[in-house]
Amino acid sequence: MAGLRANTGLLRQILVGFVRDEVRKVGVNKAVLGLSGGIDSALVVFIAAEALGPENVHAICMPYKSSNPESEAHARLVAQACGVNFSVLPITPMVDAYFETFPEADNMRRGNKMARERMTILFDHSALLSALVLGTSNKTELLLGYGTLYGDMASALNPIGDLYKTQVWQLSEAMGVPREVVEKKPSADLWAGQTDEEELGFSYRQVDELLYRMVDLRMNREELVVAGFEAGFIDTVYRKIQNSHFKRRLPVIAKVSNRTIDRDFRYSRDWGK
Amino acid sequence: MSDFTAVLAQIKPKLGCVADNLALIEERIQLAIDDGKELIVFPELALTGYFLKDLVPEAARRLDSPEIQRLVELSRRISIAVGFVEVTDDYRFFNTALYLEDGAVRHLHRKVYLPTYGLFDEQRYLARGERFRAFDTKLGRMGMLVCEDMWHLSASYILAMDGATTLICLSSSPGRGIEGDSLGSASAWQQLTSTTALFLNCRVLYCNRVGFEDGVNFWGGSEYVAPSGESLARGRLLEEDSISATIDEGALRRERIFSPMLRDENLFITMQELRRIERERGL
Repeated sequence: MAGLRANTGLLRQILVGFVRDEVRKVGVNKAVLGLSGGIDSALVVFIAAEALGPENVHAICMPYKSSNPESEAHARLVAQACGVNFSVLPITPMVDAYFETFPEADNMRRGNKMARERMTILFDHSALLSALVLGTSNKTELLLGYGTLYGDMASALNPIGDLYKTQVWQLSEAMGVPREVVEKKPSADLWAGQTDEEELGFSYRQVDELLYRMVDLRMNREELVVAGFEAGFIDTVYRKIQNSHFKRRLPVIAKVSNRTIDRDFRYSRDWGK
Repeated sequence: MSDFTAVLAQIKPKLGCVADNLALIEERIQLAIDDGKELIVFPELALTGYFLKDLVPEAARRLDSPEIQRLVELSRRISIAVGFVEVTDDYRFFNTALYLEDGAVRHLHRKVYLPTYGLFDEQRYLARGERFRAFDTKLGRMGMLVCEDMWHLSASYILAMDGATTLICLSSSPGRGIEGDSLGSASAWQQLTSTTALFLNCRVLYCNRVGFEDGVNFWGGSEYVAPSGESLARGRLLEEDSISATIDEGALRRERIFSPMLRDENLFITMQELRRIERERGL
């Protein structure tokens, strides 16, 4: 599908320009981000290094005791490949201290807690380093709601939020992200052996083909069926988008005045910049 | 008429910062004056930035405001086409383009087609202009369009029928579409400016801004398109630039001899059919 095949040269120019421009106009020249060993954060750190210079980019790897050791090794490999500052800050003590009170907590609660623990560390480093936090959620996971609200979804700027996973792969390859990282199976790495595609029940390439037609081309259900998608798959994905929409919005404010924030009090975030 | 020199100032305005943008504009004007240019064109809303939303009333200026008067003053030394938010005595806000010459406002065009689809929301904040008029300048008869105006065939058509030989389009066009060999919106615009020039035997001066506002990029690519439809000078994609062009009167004359479509355009038939359509629609 031509629509998912990105012009990587152009994409790189836009995203590098975006990070450079949007970081500097705030009055800082540094960025900080979590480097998981996966492809999304690897791509963002490559973009940031090119935009701001590697010396101005701080990548933090924040493993939990159940994280695959390969992830940290890959994060280190990525940081070395683009020359950014790299540190490792395990989150096991904080997370375990909390769950001592809730030993019965399931994987979802634990996974969300880990994602939010990492978020607090990144935003603390934002203040420590005068650096903006870069987000690493791609369009596929944002649409499917496959992320933790106020956890990995939290950031100041997200360069890849309008790129499907398929496009993340393309751009990563074009920008020289290490092959080990590009080729491995995507995983949230919350518990051993977890893979995104197994958990979601479909592959990223499959769902990207559907999402592109549904969201970007605005094809309706009938047209999607004619295009060869199973009705059940279409409905599942549609529901996922709908049910996770709250994650993509600011908290809902009860309106009582004439000018309510974001409803009739509307300013760009780049106001005055 | 004779040849003239023009500069397209592909700048990066700051959102809502009129003083900073005025300084930026003055700097480019000074450089153009030093270079001996005769016309300088700025993008749409150069004085204010684009996604103003509720900032519109704050960023708006009256024609007699010090900022506009400063630009009017500078036009004694160079002709200037520039975009800003205009506030009128009855407190309407317009997306306005000014053509300044010899210390006076030669023409004022208020954007007619305010897009309110996709990422656009102009008509929520701005009032709509109500006319397209060509105007005489010392560099020839011209017409001005603001961005979306140009996507309406009738706008350029009216200006050409009104005698404009140069169409100036001030633009803040957001970049989107990363599938093809070039940026989607850039290809679409290049097709539009080229086709418009070709159909109407007019030259087009297109000035688009650059920079980012809330993650939206403006792609630049300002250009001078000859009446043949050929792009003779084009600015860089996504980066600040200054594009110089010599507007060749001979090329216009020759094109109008070779391809006299505009001469043959039948205003009587056009008007007759448009009136019929108007009647049938019950307008």
